[in-house]
Amino acid sequence: MRIFQTIWGKLWLILFCLALLSLPLWADPYIIYMVNISGIAVIAAIGLNILTGLTGQISLGHAAFVAIGAYTSAILASKLNTPFWLTIPAGGIVAAFFGILLGFPCLRLKGLYLAMATMSFGVVVEYGITHWDSLTMGVRGISVPAPTIFGYTLGDPSKLFYVTIFFVTILTLGAKNLARTRIGRAFVAIRDRDVAAEVIGINLTKYKVMAFAISSFYGGVAGGLYSYSTTYLHPENFTLLLSIEYIAMIIIGGLGSILGSIFGAVFLTAMPDIIKGFADFMGRQFVFLHGRYDEEWNIAAFGLLIMIFLIVEPTGLNGIWTRIKTSFKNWPFTY
Amino acid sequence: MELLEIKNLSLRFGGIIALTALDMTVREGELHAVIGPNGAGKTSLFNCISGVYHPTLGEILLRGENISHLKPNEIAEKGIARTFQNIELFANMSVIDNLMLGCHTHMTSGILSCSLFFGKALRQEEESRLQVERIIDFLEIEKVRKKAVGSLPYGIQKRVEFGRALAMKPKILLLDEPVAGMNVEETEDIARFVLDIKEEMGITIIMVEHDMGVVMDIADTVTVLDFGSKIGEGSPLEVQSNPKVIAAYLGQ
Ligand SMILES: Nc1ncnc2c1ncn2[C@@H]1O[C@H](COP(=O)(O)OP(=O)(O)OP(=O)(O)O)[C@@H](O)[C@H]1O
Ligand SMILES: [Mg+2]
Repeated sequence: MRIFQTIWGKLWLILFCLALLSLPLWADPYIIYMVNISGIAVIAAIGLNILTGLTGQISLGHAAFVAIGAYTSAILASKLNTPFWLTIPAGGIVAAFFGILLGFPCLRLKGLYLAMATMSFGVVVEYGITHWDSLTMGVRGISVPAPTIFGYTLGDPSKLFYVTIFFVTILTLGAKNLARTRIGRAFVAIRDRDVAAEVIGINLTKYKVMAFAISSFYGGVAGGLYSYSTTYLHPENFTLLLSIEYIAMIIIGGLGSILGSIFGAVFLTAMPDIIKGFADFMGRQFVFLHGRYDEEWNIAAFGLLIMIFLIVEPTGLNGIWTRIKTSFKNWPFTY
Repeated sequence: MELLEIKNLSLRFGGIIALTALDMTVREGELHAVIGPNGAGKTSLFNCISGVYHPTLGEILLRGENISHLKPNEIAEKGIARTFQNIELFANMSVIDNLMLGCHTHMTSGILSCSLFFGKALRQEEESRLQVERIIDFLEIEKVRKKAVGSLPYGIQKRVEFGRALAMKPKILLLDEPVAGMNVEETEDIARFVLDIKEEMGITIIMVEHDMGVVMDIADTVTVLDFGSKIGEGSPLEVQSNPKVIAAYLGQ
């Protein structure tokens, strides 16, 4: 029975991978673009989940690290002609550096105070990229040249797709491994009982700062990919609202779960289109609803979804998934 | 030989005096009990030794080295492990993961090797897992090893906490009321484990305990605290016949 299960599991996984990898061959460019944007959100959400879900340090400044990564790679690419396979990791490293800088003063902060401190960091970064004109081009925005490799341009979504999938795959596997080894256990120990964690030999300073560094590295890499996907950066892309969206992703997906981060990120990235599609459909059915769709609905829907998940499903989409899986395992014996 | 020497130890919280001018010596390989009425300062003493609190005055010498200013994780690395009066386990994690956390100081793999699950990380995970299984066998908790600790009965949780401390391969083990709230049978089991830990593993034990039966049965030396200072010390028999101790504690 078990072997049967895992064979099916593997088969599904292989089918899924084949379908995903061949996507640029058959899917609509908009879908491919959305998959890229989802992949970028997945990386950022996993990063935030390592800090907030695993280590228990809430951050309302995650968008700032994405911004730092995005601007680092945009500036390196546009001003120094650095190739993308250097600018994207560089975005991660610069963001991780700022993560460490933020991590130290935040060591003694918890809960609301930590939320406020990280949020302030986000505001400062936003201010910095708006006003440091000579470097970031400020409110005029900065254009990012298309990435090239061996003189071959990877500008359009169907090529960037493979770059994105590459980073999503290695960073997801890396996070999964981290979570199941010594470092991940130390993070969770700090989240659950910091005194006991310290008494069994976990250095709180080291691991809390490390969580900040890893989390912001993920955010920075996501930012680097984002800069190539949108080809144009503006400070308004990285406001507090984006940080809140990342929080929403990990709550809806499942705090502390890597798989949950993926669910949450994909779900929330696709949600505006789902809402719009639903509104269009309703508009066609009922004349009085026609053309009533408003972008603001998305924000309201985020709020509503977070509330629903916090109250009804605290383990997030990952919890629902786990339950579906177990009920299938027990099928046809439903008990 | 003196393994742990406590000299003139005092701990104050504002106006409250938890410990005053305490001197105490723990010899290598002994089972040293610390007893005293409620609020006598026993847990405070453990908190000072394990670095959770820093004493207001005095020194704690581990083989002659003062450790009283070190952080808890540094003291853990020096080989001092403890259990808590109110169980402090990671309730959402499995028994195995709790014990694996005990191995933390003996593992050295960094971010890169952990995220690749390769090389050092893989090797150390496997080694620690083997050691954890040995401790699980020793404590007879095989059946619950994959269960979340929070879902287990109190007596089993106490054992898991023992296991987590043992996984640290300590030189000194501090046990804060290991048999509190247990029935006769469970108490006997724990007393047997404590003796095995001392004799087979050669770990020096300092134990706070209210159950006089257990203390008199298994302790080598007993220190009696009252209102933060030492009022008696010696073998269980000597302490039992000390009039000051009888007045403060046993005679209650
Ligand atoms: N963090 C703290 N802040 C203030 N006072 C404290 C603190 N910890 C302990 N105390 C006080 O120090 C004194 C000694 O407490 P301690 O917990 O060491 O006693 P104990 O001997 O372990 O008692 P019990 O047998 O009840 O566990 C008590 O008066 C207690 O109120
Ligand atoms: Mg106590």
